[in-house]
Amino acid sequence: MAATAPVGGKTVTVRVNGTTYEREVEARRLLIHFLRDDLDLTGSHVGCDTGNCGACSVLYDGTLVKSCMLLAVQADGASIETVEGLAEGDELNDLQQAFGAHHALQCGYCTPGMLMSATALLREKPHPTEDEIRKGIQGNICRCTGYVNIVEAIKSVGA
Amino acid sequence: MLLPEVGYARPSTVDEAVHVLASHDGARPLAGGQTILNVMKSRAAAPDVLVDLQDLDELRGIELAADGTLVLGAMATYSEVIASAEARARPILGEVCAQIADVQVRNRGTVGGNICSNDPTNHLPPLLVALGTTMTIASSAGERTVPAEEFFVGVYATAAGPGELLTKISIPAGKGDGFAAVTIGKDGTCIVSAAASLDGDAPRVVVGCVHGVPVLVRPDGADEEAVRRAVRGANLEPPSDVHASADYRRHLAEVVAARAVQRARTRRS
Ligand SMILES: Cc1cc2nc3c(=O)[nH]c(=O)nc-3n(C[C@H](O)[C@H](O)[C@H](O)COP(=O)(O)OP(=O)(O)OC[C@H]3O[C@@H](n4cnc5c(N)ncnc54)[C@H](O)[C@@H]3O)c2cc1C
Ligand code: FES
Ligand code: FES
Repeated sequence: MAATAPVGGKTVTVRVNGTTYEREVEARRLLIHFLRDDLDLTGSHVGCDTGNCGACSVLYDGTLVKSCMLLAVQADGASIETVEGLAEGDELNDLQQAFGAHHALQCGYCTPGMLMSATALLREKPHPTEDEIRKGIQGNICRCTGYVNIVEAIKSVGA
Repeated sequence: MLLPEVGYARPSTVDEAVHVLASHDGARPLAGGQTILNVMKSRAAAPDVLVDLQDLDELRGIELAADGTLVLGAMATYSEVIASAEARARPILGEVCAQIADVQVRNRGTVGGNICSNDPTNHLPPLLVALGTTMTIASSAGERTVPAEEFFVGVYATAAGPGELLTKISIPAGKGDGFAAVTIGKDGTCIVSAAASLDGDAPRVVVGCVHGVPVLVRPDGADEEAVRRAVRGANLEPPSDVHASADYRRHLAEVVAARAVQRARTRRS
């Protein structure tokens, strides 16, 4: 039973965008802070810290999650994709370019989360209907652009 | 946000998990984390130890027994229930799971966590009472089963007490079920919810958000007036808040109960 004795922190091994990181973390550290502060991957944002806004969304072993709603210690052994992993070399990928072309961002605060939600959706449904797109980004709040252009951008990639 | 300091354990069997839970007073299971982490952020509670259930494969399955009973492991996520062919044996389950929050929350949130948190606004407590569900609870003393009506004991409180783990949720076969709710925005938090099942001898109608635990009423018929009369007869004393006054919630309770029964009737025929 010694293996299950509670610990205040531990060394975790996490793969992020293909790179493996090993870090010592406190048990109370949220995954979003691990990504931003320990790994310096500041693309994922903190909007609400309560699971409501989606700005911190990342792919976690392939599924979309809000990284403010997980502990870093839970992610030991997991593979994570963040917005930093989307570009292909120096080129923004099709989805990122579509966001630009359709004016799907103004301040850009929600954009990293929107892009990850859209990425998850397009992997599952390469040609989503408008309704499926709206459902797919339901957990992501945009406070300045509005959703019409965001939906258009995603639709253009899935056309 | 910085959480209060907390210990962390990641057992790999149910036996190990109940052992850690029993040996630390302030230990709490960590399922999908979609409630408990927010509770810790707001300092509403500060468990000493979080017991991460993610490696407990015993809690993961969604299986259909030979007699048609659907057995969900406590760690089945909403997304897994929605995608499961077995869970379609009781279609209302996937339908209601698909109305909870958003993709991200559905990918992490678990059926076990939903009912163990027993937030009166949660979708699944009234539904599981309506479906005549049985919960299996493990502790270092062994296993026991508790019917859903007895599982919910108060706001945020269930029969799964300290040192215990909900392991299985067993739902009998059936299809004449309905659910209705008035929510804050589409797929938002419930202001009042109701679930109904017409499979037994008399309708089972359960109202949520009006009391610390789901309220079961047994109308003497499945017509609208009988359902409304039964809900009125329950003399509900719902809370008042910014979303609805107590009077309005009492009114909504009748409306959503009647809608849930109507949907169950359509489903049954
Ligand atoms: C933005 C947002 C919106 C939401 N909207 C809704 C909504 O509209 N409707 C709704 O129903 N829910 C909603 N939720 C809550 C969500 O469904 C949670 O997932 C659920 O309430 C808890 O499940 P969990 O697996 O995340 O549990 P956790 O947060 O991990 O645990 C919750 C509690 O249950 C205990 N627990 C968990 N599993 C067990 C077990 N097997 N045995 C004993 N105790 C256990 C934990 O110790 C804890 O006290 C929302 C959450 C968020 C973040
Ligand atoms: S910061 Fe995670 S959902 Fe808002
Ligand atoms: S672009 Fe500013 S919040 Fe969405």
